[in-house]
Amino acid sequence: MDSSSSSSAAGLGTVDPQLQHFIEVETQKQRFQQLVHQMTELCWEKCMDKPGPKLDSRAEACFVNCVERFIDTSQFILNRLEQTQKSKPVFSESLSD
Amino acid sequence: MEGGFGSDFGNSGGGKLDPGLIMEQVKVQIAVANAQELLQRMTDKCFRKCIGKPGGSLDNSEQKCIAMCMDRYMDAWNTVSRAYNSRLQRERANM
Repeated sequence: MDSSSSSSAAGLGTVDPQLQHFIEVETQKQRFQQLVHQMTELCWEKCMDKPGPKLDSRAEACFVNCVERFIDTSQFILNRLEQTQKSKPVFSESLSD
Repeated sequence: MEGGFGSDFGNSGGGKLDPGLIMEQVKVQIAVANAQELLQRMTDKCFRKCIGKPGGSLDNSEQKCIAMCMDRYMDAWNTVSRAYNSRLQRERANM
């Protein structure tokens, strides 16, 4: 059908561009959801004492901070790994691709 | 989840794949997978919080605790989702 889509789909022949877009969007959404599951579980341990009749403001603030610091931690580690990679590569090839 | 993946997956006969049907089925499967994920993690967390020593039955106070725990877990999930989303928005604005 569409010659421009030939590079993306290896061995699948023609891929419906609409379908391809759908898969990309859903993959993004799923990544988001997956991280929400993971962070909820992690922050639950840090922020939740005994489940009460409602989520109090202290716990809610803890959850928000927990999410922010988790992402900060992830970015910090990524940055630091990149920095150390530049000065003295530990993984010569394994991380490059 | 099993079954129907190879045989009738988006295949409305004649060997031609219907993208609309595939998208519908993928959406359903994603929703099921997310519900299972939530159920599994929620069960784990609320079991830990509410069942001290497993007794002969799930007694009344344990059931009350589980019900409350489920609601709080959903609150937590939504709070985390909102916080993560606003972080993404902020970072996108700073790009």
